[in-house]
Amino acid sequence: MTGTARINDFVVRFANVNGSGSASANQLFARAILRMGVPATPRNIFPSNIQGLPTWYEVRVSEAGHLGARGGTDLMVAMNPQTWDQDVGAIVPGGYLFYDSTRPARRLRDDITVLGMPLTELCNAQYEDPRQRQIFKNIMYVGALSALLSIEAGVVEQLIAEQFRAKEKLIAANVHALRLGRTQALERFACPIGLRVQRAAAVGDRIFIDGNSAAALGAVYGGATVAAWYPITPSTSLAEAFARYCKRYRTEPETGRARYAIVQAEDELASIGMVIGAGWNGARAFTATSGPGISLMQEFLGLAYFAEIPAVIFDVQRAGPSTGMPTRTQQCDVTACAYASHGDTRHVLLFPEDPRECFEFGALAFDLADRLQTPVFVLLDLDIGMNERLCAPFAWDDARRMDRGKVMTAAALEAGREFGRYLDVDHDGIPYRTLPGTHPVRGAYFTRGTSRDEYARYTEDGAAYQRNMERLLRKFATAKQHVPRPLRRDAAEGAQFGAIYYGSTAPAMDEAASLLAARGTAIDLLRVRAFPFHDDVAAFIAEHDRVFVVEQNRDGQLRTLLINECEIDPAKLIRVVHYDGTPITARFIADAIGTSAEAAKIVPLRKAAP
Amino acid sequence: MSFLPKPRLHHPELATNAVGLTRRDYEGAISTLCAGCGHDSISAAIVRACFDLSLPPHRIAKLSGIGCSSKTPTYFLGAAHGFNSVHGRMPSVLTGANLANRDLIYLGVSGDGDSASIGLGQFAHAVRRGVNMVYIVENNGVYGLTKGQFSATSDRGARSKKGVANTDAAIDLVGLALQLGATFVARSFSGDKTQLVPLIRAALQHPGAAFIDCISPCVQFNNHEGSTKSFDYVREHNEAVNRLDFITGRDEITAEYAPGDVEVVRQHDGSLLSLRKLAADYDPHDRTAALAYLQERSAAGEIVTGLLYVDPEPEELHTHLNTVAAPLNSLDEAALCPGAAALDRLNAALR
Ligand SMILES: Cc1ncc(C[n+]2csc(CCOP(=O)(O)OP(=O)(O)O)c2C)c(N)n1
Ligand code: SF4
Ligand SMILES: [Mg+2]
Repeated sequence: MTGTARINDFVVRFANVNGSGSASANQLFARAILRMGVPATPRNIFPSNIQGLPTWYEVRVSEAGHLGARGGTDLMVAMNPQTWDQDVGAIVPGGYLFYDSTRPARRLRDDITVLGMPLTELCNAQYEDPRQRQIFKNIMYVGALSALLSIEAGVVEQLIAEQFRAKEKLIAANVHALRLGRTQALERFACPIGLRVQRAAAVGDRIFIDGNSAAALGAVYGGATVAAWYPITPSTSLAEAFARYCKRYRTEPETGRARYAIVQAEDELASIGMVIGAGWNGARAFTATSGPGISLMQEFLGLAYFAEIPAVIFDVQRAGPSTGMPTRTQQCDVTACAYASHGDTRHVLLFPEDPRECFEFGALAFDLADRLQTPVFVLLDLDIGMNERLCAPFAWDDARRMDRGKVMTAAALEAGREFGRYLDVDHDGIPYRTLPGTHPVRGAYFTRGTSRDEYARYTEDGAAYQRNMERLLRKFATAKQHVPRPLRRDAAEGAQFGAIYYGSTAPAMDEAASLLAARGTAIDLLRVRAFPFHDDVAAFIAEHDRVFVVEQNRDGQLRTLLINECEIDPAKLIRVVHYDGTPITARFIADAIGTSAEAAKIVPLRKAAP
Repeated sequence: MSFLPKPRLHHPELATNAVGLTRRDYEGAISTLCAGCGHDSISAAIVRACFDLSLPPHRIAKLSGIGCSSKTPTYFLGAAHGFNSVHGRMPSVLTGANLANRDLIYLGVSGDGDSASIGLGQFAHAVRRGVNMVYIVENNGVYGLTKGQFSATSDRGARSKKGVANTDAAIDLVGLALQLGATFVARSFSGDKTQLVPLIRAALQHPGAAFIDCISPCVQFNNHEGSTKSFDYVREHNEAVNRLDFITGRDEITAEYAPGDVEVVRQHDGSLLSLRKLAADYDPHDRTAALAYLQERSAAGEIVTGLLYVDPEPEELHTHLNTVAAPLNSLDEAALCPGAAALDRLNAALR
């Protein structure tokens, strides 16, 4: 049969076995497409396992620039017999199957084009060493795909040369395997197939990086010097990237010594404890964790809130509760972070949409933590944290200085400035602090989680306790002016509906809005980038009959927060939730909103009210 | 309850130390602990040791967990910053503080519940990391603040005030500290100031993880017949292996003891410790032998006190992390931020 023809707009999915070394070959494939100027968005779908279980790598090619997951597979590269049935079943009608035909195929469909190539056999004929056979088999299929999809061979070879830099032998071996695959495909099949990559100029100056690395780099630029962490997927690579960047950028040239300290703690309690200790003592400090770590940190987070200690927490979310689906994505720690700890607390949250914002917010979080003297959470998730994503290049202004917030200096103390640790001198709820060791006789105070008066003296006086709790609310209100504002994008014509979304949901939401517009449903968009919510958020909700809150968790956690914090009538906020652990897609959003909007259009909310 | 600051009437006869301060300058707010509580004696010993060493009080950071013992940092060194953190987690907070500024002295004060029960993990890990600190456990074998429940250091068979016997084995923090690589390990008794003050002084001078388990009777809940942490019991069963006379590098060694009885230990910073031996063949440089000795004496019902182990050439966490000499909290943008040009190069490599 003749397959579907699509240029620069299709999805390729690689089905591999975990630990088979396919990752770098798959990455090579995605990068080659990017180098041809065509946006490509890869996503790893991997098990909680080191070796042997199935893993997938999905690349969405989209000249239109849609970076969200699409759903459906146009070309399946089936390299894992374990998942054969599932993989073959996932191909859209008219799609393609590329597989290793060394062993005869089990079950095939007749509505797809089947491209079998005896990869193992070809490889075994070429290589003796089992590891080489494995590695080069992966490179070989990249070669074959380059022919099938008309990816320029020169581009792939150039990437190989860059990857192995001066290691000529490795370059030659990889190029050899690549060409072998390419030649074989050209000989066996009518190349290219209907799916094609065609040179375009849709990538521009964008960069390609994962959110965890970007956030870690943000921490370096933001001046973080202390990191304490405990390994947990999907946050581990953030701490590791921080170590890598620190080694590169933070080694004192004269001495070779470290301008940073990274401690792998014994657990998340210790991680956050170290961060709080360092923050109290004036170093910029952070931890990187995921949901289970956040659960463990609760008591300490309440202390940091109440004792007013700067701390930055990168929470790379995964599906919970408990161990949940540890290698699948969700936005499910929103309420847990917003109200972390017992007692009345509220915490600052930042929601980056992509690696670029992971970098920006990663740096900003430290300014905010110092300015507000409180924990600041940067909420990534597995989808943006662990996948490489095309994003605007990082930017930095060399004139930018760290905002260390209100730290009273030895000179100010010496000059006789009044110091009361919890005194609201500027009426913004933010008091001054001093760092240990500042002045021989002035400015020392006792930090505690128990109630105290404005001069940090222990007290059980209810009035003093309440004054302090009220001041903390004032401080939280001040935070609104400092956190990133929501970004609004209105539909061309006046829209009856609005949609609020955040974080990694952004690309799918953007695409869904255009799908909906094409179907005649106009929708205004508001991307929330931080908590506390800016007044614009409540205003946006007030302006629309109905507002969809699109997110990746079961309970509509941001919606809950909006209802609670902005005192919104729950009926006005419609939950659009996707939480099976796969990244949300534009199709899902468009269908959910579309159905609901159609129903609402027939009986507009306002008119339906008695 | 809020309380009044202590009147700071400087007695004309109060002597000043090398930095021109009096003992009073090392004190804190008036204690709110029970009269006679062992913890107050430890606070007094800390005051004394810091005064003797002429440490500028504001260069000390005092950290604690939660408990009667953990309250005490309010009662000494009023000119120092203090941090009363959460129950059992002082070690991590202290570790972080130490990472931020290696130039201050870190004094961690904790209880047996705080360190051996809820906080055993953090205690162990701070010790094994070699955090440069003085870590004092004010060990009374009970939870004082929650009114007398057994803690993890209560001896098996010890009786509570209500007469109930403890059936769980006791955790010996000294044994753990030795095993985990602490480079200064001592045990003392709040009722023995002459032993305790020099130990605290030596610990403050020790550039590594220094641990002192200080038995500190709770007069309210654990000072009765049948307790193994009462004043009477500890006095009766105390077996000091040595007496420490701390001597700074500048001082002469006073040869007041018979030769052979005194060992002079030169510390890394040049200061000297003079140890008077009480147990004939106790060697405070032999970790393994120390552990064996402790277990043997403990089985015989004795409480071994003194300087149990010291490594004159300790390593600490900053050495392991190879951090720069300047405190991390003092580094500015020039030292920390790679800048726009580096970022542009990085951008280029990501295309
Ligand atoms: C998470 C938590 N659990 C329980 C408590 C209650 N609590 C306060 S102090 C304490 C025990 C303190 O015992 P110890 O450290 O031996 O100090 P002591 O009062 O005996 O000096 C407990 C259980 C608490 N503060 N926090
Ligand atoms: S209850 Fe015990 S430990 Fe607490 S203050 Fe009283 S005597 Fe001391
Ligand atoms: Mg106790």
